[in-house]
Amino acid sequence: MKTDPAGVLTGSHYLDGDFACGEGAMAAGCRFVGGYPITPSTEVVERISRRFPMMGGTFIQMEDEMASMAAVVGASWTGTKALTVTSGPGFSLMMENIGLAVMMETPCVVVNVQRGGPSTGLPTMVGQADMMQARWGSHGDYEIIALCPQSPQESFDLMIDAFNLSEIYRTPVLLMMDECVGHMTEKVVIPKAEDIEIVPRTLTTKKPGEFMPYQADGGHVPEFARAGDGYRFHTTGLTHDERGYPVMSVECQEKNIGRLMAKIRDNTDKIVRFEEEGVEGADVVLVTYGITARVAQMAMEVARERGVKVGMLRLIVAWPFPEKRISELAGKIKAFVVPEINYGQMVLEVQRVAEGRVPTVLVPHPGGGVHEPETIVEAILGATK
Amino acid sequence: MSTATEQVKVTDEAHPISPYFRMDRLPHIWCSTCGIGTVVKCFATALGETEVDLDKTSIVSGIGCTGRVAGYMKLDAFHTTHGRAIPFATGLKLGRPELLVTVFSGDGDLSGIGGNHFIHAARRRMDLLVILVNNFIYGMTGGQNAPTTPLSAKTSTMPYGNFEPPFNLPHLAASCGATYVARWTCLHTRRLTRSFKEAIKRKGFRFIEVIAPCSTLYARLNRLGTGFNLMRFYHDSAEINHSADPKDVGIDFQDRIICGKFVDEERPTFLDLMKKHYEETLGDKYMPMPPEGGMIHE
Repeated sequence: MKTDPAGVLTGSHYLDGDFACGEGAMAAGCRFVGGYPITPSTEVVERISRRFPMMGGTFIQMEDEMASMAAVVGASWTGTKALTVTSGPGFSLMMENIGLAVMMETPCVVVNVQRGGPSTGLPTMVGQADMMQARWGSHGDYEIIALCPQSPQESFDLMIDAFNLSEIYRTPVLLMMDECVGHMTEKVVIPKAEDIEIVPRTLTTKKPGEFMPYQADGGHVPEFARAGDGYRFHTTGLTHDERGYPVMSVECQEKNIGRLMAKIRDNTDKIVRFEEEGVEGADVVLVTYGITARVAQMAMEVARERGVKVGMLRLIVAWPFPEKRISELAGKIKAFVVPEINYGQMVLEVQRVAEGRVPTVLVPHPGGGVHEPETIVEAILGATK
Repeated sequence: MSTATEQVKVTDEAHPISPYFRMDRLPHIWCSTCGIGTVVKCFATALGETEVDLDKTSIVSGIGCTGRVAGYMKLDAFHTTHGRAIPFATGLKLGRPELLVTVFSGDGDLSGIGGNHFIHAARRRMDLLVILVNNFIYGMTGGQNAPTTPLSAKTSTMPYGNFEPPFNLPHLAASCGATYVARWTCLHTRRLTRSFKEAIKRKGFRFIEVIAPCSTLYARLNRLGTGFNLMRFYHDSAEINHSADPKDVGIDFQDRIICGKFVDEERPTFLDLMKKHYEETLGDKYMPMPPEGGMIHE
């Protein structure tokens, strides 16, 4: 459906990534935000809290990030699209209820504007070191969807995609920004409401007596009933059957968690998104994401000037990981080069999928800044020797 | 033959709380002589007698023995994470303001791991009815010390007796801004039911503490007998004093338990305050979330 025009600030703007991300949420139809201040993400909720009262939205500053995430999950059960925004330390605290959202199959979006870590780390400076936490941070087995914008415009655009994916798969979706993109100011074009396609919350058409909250009817994603419509459903973070009742058995665990895994894994091809440049015929492929993709762009151009056939695959969706494409490339190229602002996270996925067929070279950065393009150029040159 | 017919008749008759209880989930997990069932019965009775719209009533629990209550009530029911029932309920209420949102959980869940959420929800005058069953101990995990364990009481993690001063929960709730504060024991079923009925009709952060026996752990570790002995103890030691100052109602080990309704004041709630403030500051530009919530329909 077309989105609610109340949340859409149509026009050409000069915005930073945080503000653009907030605008994206409002344009996507988000009407509940629970948040807790944390640098460098706070501008997202500052933007939203200023505009929300004029569009029927409610922002509440919760007492901590655990509460923020819990409130988001609660709000989503009313059918209201819900968001929270944080950075590393808050992301750690949200893991508990991100797991609850996964288990209860609650659509919601979590933004992490990544800064340097661990612990308090570098509050005002960039990092990309929460990528594995995004994948594995909450306990237990689960699949997750995570997107990585590289510009303010993409922060806006991917926010809408994030909400849509969360509705389609009834799962939390993580928007893994970084401080550079969050605080970088660029042109952002916000389309007209009639040009923004959103996935609405679809309510079950079954009658209360016939409805079971976790009956997937052949597919992987069950129908949804919201609180207050007379379904008197039950939902829990415990392993549960189709009625949403706790059942402590291997069989139920397999059925419940197996379906949660499958609804993402079996749709990986539909969810994965990446952008390629000069990959055909390349000897070296850079695998990048977020701000690092923009630094790598320059490195790629310099390396080409020096005679190396180098291309780039930029992850737009980091999780699920585009295994199929990386594997194909591993059969064609001579090396992968993976620059990232951490000591090696997404590079592990590239290595895993490449299965030793080609070398995979990490270009690490400790955080607090972006790579010097020259260090990436050197890695590209080194990889071809 | 006639006896058999009569038996069929008896089993056909629905239990009075069956409209409010998920009968298909019986048997429940609570131990015999546990007090939680009594509190649930009183709550179900109150729901029936106040004739609230059950379709618009949600119940949220955290984790623990009392944390299982949501799972048994035939309402929109949310069994959430440990300590987070109140913030979850906050999202539910703000996402669809017309709902009656109740939180039903234990002392460890709401005042231990969830203590910060408890005080902030009360401070905000969040429109929630919070029912806390206090059995002085972590029951489900095996009798560990709680923030409510009276001084000197033995728990599995304070085997030589508790030396940490406990919370006085009515005082905590009242001092943070709760609009309704009451305490009863499982023995006071009539008064407790009346309190539930009153609190359902009030607005703002409403807090009811119910002292309940845990014979499996608290009573056993402290050699207090069974649930029956504890009920007798409540009979002998509970004092009803509605005008008691909440600061004076702390509970010592096997000492008097002051019960009553300590606070019942009408004050603007979070939603009242938000609406009034935005109307004043934004005027016609203010568009509040509709009572049925912020869901955008096709």
